[in-house]
Amino acid sequence: MIRDITIGQYYPAESVLHRLDPRVKFIGTIVYIVSLFIFDNWGYILGSAFLIAMILLSKVPLSFMVRGLKAIVVLLIITMLFNVLLTPGEVLWQFGILRVTEEGLILAGKMGIRLIFLILGASLMTLTTTPTKLTDALEKLMRPLKKIRVPVHEIAMMMSIALRFIPILLEETDKIMKAQMARGADFESGNLIKKVKAMVPLLVPLFVSAFRRANDLALAMEARCYHGGEGRTQMKPLRYQRRDGIAYFILGLYLAAAILLRVLLGW
Amino acid sequence: MGIIKARKLGYDYYEYEEEGKDPEIVHAVEDVDLDIQAGQFITVLGHNGSGKSTLAKHMNALLVPTEGTMWVDHMDTAQSDDIWKIRQEAGMVFQNPDNQIIATVVEEDVGFGPENLGVPTDEIWRRVDESLQATGMVAYRKQSPNKLSGGQKQRVAIAGVMAMKPKCIILDEPTAMLDPNGRKEVLKAVRELNQAEGVTVILITHYMEEVIYSDKVFVMDEGRLVMQGTPREIFSRVEKLKELRLDVPQVTLLAYELRKKGLPIPEGILTIEELVDEICRFN
Repeated sequence: MIRDITIGQYYPAESVLHRLDPRVKFIGTIVYIVSLFIFDNWGYILGSAFLIAMILLSKVPLSFMVRGLKAIVVLLIITMLFNVLLTPGEVLWQFGILRVTEEGLILAGKMGIRLIFLILGASLMTLTTTPTKLTDALEKLMRPLKKIRVPVHEIAMMMSIALRFIPILLEETDKIMKAQMARGADFESGNLIKKVKAMVPLLVPLFVSAFRRANDLALAMEARCYHGGEGRTQMKPLRYQRRDGIAYFILGLYLAAAILLRVLLGW
Repeated sequence: MGIIKARKLGYDYYEYEEEGKDPEIVHAVEDVDLDIQAGQFITVLGHNGSGKSTLAKHMNALLVPTEGTMWVDHMDTAQSDDIWKIRQEAGMVFQNPDNQIIATVVEEDVGFGPENLGVPTDEIWRRVDESLQATGMVAYRKQSPNKLSGGQKQRVAIAGVMAMKPKCIILDEPTAMLDPNGRKEVLKAVRELNQAEGVTVILITHYMEEVIYSDKVFVMDEGRLVMQGTPREIFSRVEKLKELRLDVPQVTLLAYELRKKGLPIPEGILTIEELVDEICRFN
């Protein structure tokens, strides 16, 4: 049951989007999210067209993409419900204190579209980029922050180590749970408080072993001459290709179109 | 003077048992003298807590002696200026294969060491290719380490050390967590590196079967170096080994018992073939 959790899941395929520099994809995702908040009404046609084009380009099956939406269904329903019920305006239907307004329906629709597009856009990035490349991109993009003493390299290294150890720790949790269950521990029955209490004998050994692993790993890294980002070279340095330039150009066009549509036509 | 030399090496640490109680001084390693020649295959044997891991960590400057001196390739490990050079020349492989692999892809992990050394990108790729080839892991280069077996993970770790072009490689019980097949796999890789690349190997272990191919054996007990010699010399002293709570390989033990019963078998039999030859000579 624990193994079902997948973080930063990657869908391997051969597509232009997969080959793009991770920095382009990262900036692209941010631009896309910003554009979603620029649009007011008809602009979403442009947003959908762009998203659909990208999904087709990525060669990731739609069913795989939709699976990512499952996680936000609850959030989506709650957001839309609040918007429908709490927006003041022309009343269409009323029952006691509950009332549905025209403006509420429109706003709920917009919020729903925004949320769905936002999740689809962001998951398109993680689906087409390996976690390693994503951390590399973050390290490169955040480099200017080094000037104000943000430990950029260390943050990126921590992220990539975390990604490596997530499956190992999950496996270990599974193992400890089974060992405890074999000795009569009960993780499933009882109310919430009882369940939380049952987690304590699971978490203590997990933390102990995580610290031991961290200690071992630090030693192993030191033994292999790791001494921070200073004077370090990279095996797979990020280098922009021609296609990345083209991608930036398209991205710029898209953002310009979004702003112009809003300013000139009020879309 | 060999590639690794220790003189009167000692390492003490404090053990804090309970709060308020005075800490106890533990002598993990005491008064060790050794001299290892380049290109040799060395085994360090010892029971749990005999100080063999502590000794190993000194060879990589992860620990600095509290007494005496340790030289790695003529560099004093206590001089912190040379520390990265020492760690590059004396690579180390640890016991737990999971806790020493850093990257999420095999080839990137092998490249981790050279990256730290500041090797140029093209050269990193060349070294990664060579090391994966030398350990027979080329086919797995794009895989996630989590999907490999224990023996394969240790070979990745060895490749990672080899990519730093070390003069010697120290393996701290690399097979303790592996199944028999994984153990054979790792030992074969290590022996090949020693013979083909001429790397000095220092293998720390408590499995007796892993000792027979080495040029020299050091036996440790309670922090002291109690025996040293060729495997044959060591194993001809069965009594002494038993005293140190170390197992002797089964063939050696059988030969020893037969000899005790009066059969004319020489001391220090190491392999089944040797014993068969000796017994066949009776007719």
